[in-house]
Parts: sequence; C-alpha cells; structure tokens
Amino acid sequence: MGSPLLAVRSLTKLFGTFAACNGIDLDIQPGEIHALLGENGAGKSTLVKMLFGVLAPTSGEILWKGSSVRIPSPGAARRLGIGMVFQHFSLFEALTVAENIALSLSPGISLSKVAEEASRLSHLYGLPLDPKAHVADLSVGERQRIEIVRALLQNPELIILDEPTSVLTPQEADRLFETLAKLKAEGRSVLYISHRLEEVQRICDRATVLRHGKVTGACDPRRETPASLARMMVGSDVASVSAAGTGARGEVLLEARHLSVSARTPFAVALRNVCLKVRGGEVLAIAGVAGNGQGELFDALSGEYPVADASAVFIRDKAAGNLGITARRLMGAGFVPEERHGHAAVPGLPLSDNLVLARNQSDRRTFLSGGVLGIIRQAVVRIASRRISETMDVRKSGEDPAAGSLSGGNLQKYIVGRELDRQPAVLIVNQPTWGVDAGAASRIRQALVDLAKSGSAVLVISQDLDEIFEVATEIAVISEGRLSDAYPARELTREKIGLLMGGMYGKTEGEEAAHAY
Amino acid sequence: MRIELEKRANPSRLFSILSPFLALGLTVVAGGIMFALLGKSPGAALHGFFIEPLLDVWSLHEIAIKAAPLILIGVGLSVCYRSNNWNIGAEGQFIAGAIAGSIVPVVLHDWHSPLVLPLMLISGMIGGALYAAVPAFLKAHMNTNEILTSLMLVYIAQLFLDWLVRGPWRSPDAYNFPVTRDFAPEAILPELVSSGRANLGFAFAIIAAVGLWFMMRYTLKGFEITVLGQSERAGRFAGFSSRRMIWFSMLLSGALAGLAGVSEVSGTIGKLQPIISPGYGFTAIIVAFLGRLNPLGIIAAGLFLALTYVGGEAVQLTLGVSDKVTRVFQGLLLFFVLSCDTLIQYRVRLAFSRLGRGNEGGAH
Repeated sequence: MGSPLLAVRSLTKLFGTFAACNGIDLDIQPGEIHALLGENGAGKSTLVKMLFGVLAPTSGEILWKGSSVRIPSPGAARRLGIGMVFQHFSLFEALTVAENIALSLSPGISLSKVAEEASRLSHLYGLPLDPKAHVADLSVGERQRIEIVRALLQNPELIILDEPTSVLTPQEADRLFETLAKLKAEGRSVLYISHRLEEVQRICDRATVLRHGKVTGACDPRRETPASLARMMVGSDVASVSAAGTGARGEVLLEARHLSVSARTPFAVALRNVCLKVRGGEVLAIAGVAGNGQGELFDALSGEYPVADASAVFIRDKAAGNLGITARRLMGAGFVPEERHGHAAVPGLPLSDNLVLARNQSDRRTFLSGGVLGIIRQAVVRIASRRISETMDVRKSGEDPAAGSLSGGNLQKYIVGRELDRQPAVLIVNQPTWGVDAGAASRIRQALVDLAKSGSAVLVISQDLDEIFEVATEIAVISEGRLSDAYPARELTREKIGLLMGGMYGKTEGEEAAHAY
Repeated sequence: MRIELEKRANPSRLFSILSPFLALGLTVVAGGIMFALLGKSPGAALHGFFIEPLLDVWSLHEIAIKAAPLILIGVGLSVCYRSNNWNIGAEGQFIAGAIAGSIVPVVLHDWHSPLVLPLMLISGMIGGALYAAVPAFLKAHMNTNEILTSLMLVYIAQLFLDWLVRGPWRSPDAYNFPVTRDFAPEAILPELVSSGRANLGFAFAIIAAVGLWFMMRYTLKGFEITVLGQSERAGRFAGFSSRRMIWFSMLLSGALAGLAGVSEVSGTIGKLQPIISPGYGFTAIIVAFLGRLNPLGIIAAGLFLALTYVGGEAVQLTLGVSDKVTRVFQGLLLFFVLSCDTLIQYRVRLAFSRLGRGNEGGAH
C-alpha cells in the first residue's frame, strides 16, 4: 500500500470527562471504500465530525496526504477535498434541487450553470435528478442524491457517507453502491459509516471497527463473517433470536378495516385504505422506508389520534376506531411508540413516573388510591418499576433515575418491559430497536417473540429488515400510506420486500421492469 | 464575538435549591447600590425596607393582607406554568372576580343575609374563571397565544371597572367620587385574629396552597400537569388531553385570582373603586417563579414580596424615596431569579472568531 490519503493518529474528543473518541488511529488509502463500523454511541459520528471540521479534536493529529492539517470548519474540509453526506439532510423543502445545491456554493454562480453541472454529474454517476424539481416532492432516496451531488460538485478526493442506506429501499441502496463503485474507480476514497454488516461486506475494501470510542478491530470485511464483525462491534456474542413457537392460532385480536386517515400536517402522509389482521400467536411486521406512513399508522392504531369511523379498528372483536388510547389500553392493548424521549417517556421524570405514564388507567386499581382524588401509590409503583427493570435487565444508575439518564437501549428495554409486564393481548410497537445497541435489540426482539408465543397478537412496524426477518411470522409492506397484503415471512425475500417498498404490489413483472429507471 | 449558552450536563442540585436565596441576596445588594446612588444610606434604607416591617404587629398584619392575594394568585399560576400554559392575565381575572363578587353587595344592597358572603366568594371565583375562560377558549380552539390574549384582557378589565364605578355602580352617597357604596357588614370578610386587619383571605391562601401542593405532589392530576407541561406528546400517549389541561389550568388560576379579587374588595377595601390592586396579578408571576412553582415555596415567596410592598411604603415615608422603589425591587428580584436559574442550567461561553473563520470559506 502507498501512502494514505487521510491518516488519523490518536485522535481524541472529550465531552467533559467522557471520551467519545479515545485515541483513534485510522488510515484511508486512495481509491478504497473504507467502512467505519460500530454500534450506536460507539463514536463514529464524533470521529467524522472531527474529520469534517464540525467538532474540534481535544488531542491527536489528522494527516492529509502525509502532512498534518487542522480542520477548523466544514469549509476548510471542503477546500482540502473532503465531502460529506450527512444522515440527516439539510435541504429546504420549498426550494428546487438546483437552488438547494446553489446554496452550498459560493455566491455568484448562476443558477442555470449549477443546474447544468448538477445534471451532468448526476448522469455521470448514475444518480438521476431533475434540477427543477421541488425537494418537497422528492423521495428520501432522491433527496440523498442531492446531497451526494452537492458533495461531488466540490470534486472531493474523500467522501464521507453517514449511514446512507438507513433511509433507502434495497433497490435504491443497490443503485447507491454502483455510484460508490464508480467513485472508487476514479480513484476517490469513500469513508462509509454503517452498522449493517451485510452491505459492508459487500462493498467495502477495509473496515475499522469502533466500540466505546476506541478502535477494536481493523480488517478486510470480506474475510470476516457477520458473527465475527458483530463480535468486534459489540464485544461479545449476541444472542440470536429464536422465533420458534410463534404462529397464528386462535382469534383475530387486532384488525384494521379500510383505515384511511388524511394527513394532519402538510408533510405528513395520508393512510389509504389500510387493512390488516393479527391473530393471537402471530407477529405481523410492517416493513417500509421511513416516512411512508408508519408514524401515522401507529397513531391511528394506538388511538392517540382516533378516527371518526369506529369500525376502522377492531381490538379483540370490539370496534375501537373512534376510541382514545386509554380506552384501547383498557381493551387489552399495549403500545410502544418510536420516539423514546418525549413520547414514550418523559426524560426529566423518574422511571417510576414513566410507568404511571403508560399505565395510569389500565392499572388504576393497583397504582391509585383515594377514589376520585387519584392518589398515586408511589411505593407500589416503585415495586412494579423494579420488577420491570429486573425482568428486562435494565441497567441504570440508582434506584429510580430519570428516564433521560438511561442509555437508549436500556430505556427502550424499560419501555417495552412496561407493556409486557401487563401481558397485553395486543402489542403494537413502532421501530422497537431504533438506535438501540445489539445486545438490547436482541433482548427486546426475543421478548416480542415470547409475547406472541404466549398467545398475544404482536404488530411490529420496522425499517430494519434484519429485525423483521428475525421476529415476523407475517410481513406486510407500507408505502406512501398504503399497506400491501401480508405474506408469510418464509415466502418473502428481501428483493420482493424491496419491490413492495417501491409501491409495486399487485403489478406484473413487466410493469416492475418498466418502473426501474 | 458571540455569547453562547451551553446546557450543563449536570446542573448542580445544591445551587438549584439555593437559587432563590442567591437571587434574594443579589437583589439586596443591587438595592443597596440603588439607595446609595439615590444619596441615602444603604444600611438604613435596607433596614427600613426589609427589617422594620417585621418588628411591628401592625405591619405584620399588612404583610399578611398583601401576601394573601399574591399567594392565592401565585399558586394558581404555578399550575398554569407547570402545565405550559402562560397565563399572564391574573390581574384581569383578579379584577373580574372583584367585580363579579361585588354584584351581590352593590346591586342587592338591601338584601341582608348570612348567605351574602359565601355567595360573593363563589361569584368572585366564577367571575375570575369566566374571565380566564376567554384566553382558554381562544388557545384551545383557535390556537391563539394565551400570553397576548390574557395580557390584553387585563386592560379591558381595568377600564371596565373604571367605567362601572364612574357609571352605573357609582354610589349615590359618595359626593360624585368614583366608588361604589360601602359594603354592608355581612359582606365584609371577617378578620383572622383580633390584633389587626388581616382577614380570612390569608387563610384561603394557605388552604389553597396546601391543597394544590398535595395535588401536585401526590395525585394523578398533578402528574398529568407535570407530564403535559414537559411533553405534550408524552401526555397524549398517557391518555391526557392538552386541550382539557388548558381549560383546567386556566379556569383554576382564574378562579383563584377571582377569589383573591373578591377577598381584597370585601376584606380590605370594603367597596369597589377604580384601582383595587397595586399589580398583585403581575407581582404574583414573580411570586410563582421565586417559589419555584412549588405551592409551599410560593407561600414563602408571597410573604417576601408582600414585605417589599410594606417596606416600600415604609421607606417612602421615612426616607422620602419614590414609591417606584417597590417596583424596582420586584423587577430586580425577578431578573435575578431568572438569571440564577438560567446560569444554573446553562454555562455562558464567549465564542471568539471561530464563526468568522468558518464563514470565510463561504461554503455554508
């Protein structure tokens, strides 16, 4: 190997006394796709933010083409030749593609020239884009292309991509991988951040694994197995989820009949004629790319935003569409929303209060006394809270800490455990392991499967196909607010799900081919 | 150069508790400087302001009289603020309660019955609550900003009272002065103890404070208020309605302000007149925050702010300083309370030139 394009020597970033990055060493060669692997909170984002000049390192050195550099700002990083595509896009929805790109360039370049150059680059790299389209009308995949083209316009030698496939369908991801291969063939380097082992093995030449802010491995991902990579990421073997014993039996416990909901806000998705059935013993997983109506479906099924038509939702054979979340809980349903902070839990309140949050009416007799006064029996609640923490192995500091002081994985275990503790007949979970470390994720998935085994109906809404295949007995796909039919999990492949994600259900093969760009 | 506020990872618990005392200390220091600049001896002035009123039975009664409305309104406001409803119009609800409570003794002045006083208190509470219902309705159903609507309604209430006492309700026996007729004895709120003027209003304040403290501390309703105040979405998940909470908190604080208003006219003034409040409804906002939005803390804060009124009057007499001194003290106090709280939650950072260098790239 020749001299590296970018080298990082003992780079450290402290936040107070907490070392987000601790003595990181990393080499990126010209013309390689280098993976940066790690769980949530492993320090990946902090590291790349230092490389892109968003954060200043506490100590350590960055070498660009062999000479030591200081990168005080994103502008400086761009001038060196580093481009970055963030996980969260910074685009103005009301502006066109060309206008958004022009905003990141120095003033004085005419819009038509930007549009011309952008469409040239987008064709060159297989990233079809209409410069005149408004961002608000574009899919997430197309928005990501804008970000990539925006980075390419600076003619960078190193492009950093932060979790780029987390918002893409499998087909869109394939297209992205082709683009990356082209960039590599031109001699550009790519730093590819992911926690998805499969795609890292597929496209990356080398991988650096981070855990707790330290490098725990540098390897050729193609020579490793997913298990060995996972071990480097997590530090121990992750228990695999056993879905044996699940399967439909008994009654339909949760049903949506032609559920339609108009969009509450201009950027929300309308639900159109959603039909689903979940029987006891079954885990129905709803796959889909983010922003296709998952949140809206959860809101309608949980009753946080009830619908006018009572018969749109049935819980244990009773019409519930127009009932609120409390009434649905009393019918035996439990709910786990996607967002932990400020939706499933109030971060500033202790865990025991967050138990009362979800169960103040369903467990009224246990948790409250004093009749209409509604005095909270704090001692009883604390005991129940301790029981949940022990069952779900929630690691926390102190007896009853604020929910916000727990790590994402531990808080999620508590939030899921809070519902499981009730043995709900119906459990609806949106993104059960979003941003959760692998150990906690496997624990949560097993708990969902176990609940189904005990005869409950479980509905899991998830963007993570690995998760879906681990837990689901049936799979349906949501796309633009429409839900596909449910298929037995055994019969579906990733490719089929990918086509359904693109809204291809019920169409012939020929039409599918025609839709491909 | 920019000044940035950076959230502290672990705000000190000790300083969170000390914050109001720190604010008090700083207020006293700043007040001393103010007196010195006015050419008065700071020691004597502060002694007159803060110590002398505590040494005299008469002025202790005055403190109780002035603390009563502050505490009553303050505890109501604390429920509003904790639930993220920013009722700034307690002064208007105070006046509305005073007017509604005066209907019986003014309009039905020939009716003598032991029922008069309870009726006045109830109608005072209803009046205050109805007046708070206006911004509550506008916020819950029209999504207007309750800070603006409740504040603007204060001026309407003040002018309406002014019109009433100069117009339809003016006493025939008052030589054309803008006052209503004096309330009959059965319309007067009884005194608390025989040693002075302090009336039942102070008892109402203590009962309300203890009651609301119990509600906030132990009941599901208090929990609902806390949750909705911190996160509306989590409240919805818990099955709580933020719209109902707007109504509950606004009506509750309006009713308490109304009770304070009717207690003031019935117990202290004995009639309606154009000005019935030295700004209790606004000062109560300071009381609520100085008491950390905790009803028991608000009792202490209310007593302290009442002291600033009484002390202000005292130094006005003894030192001949302006009556605005009281307002200045109250303003200083609110300023220091809020600054102490902010500095406990955040640290100030001066950012030099980093922004400039980033801009020079012209990229973002």
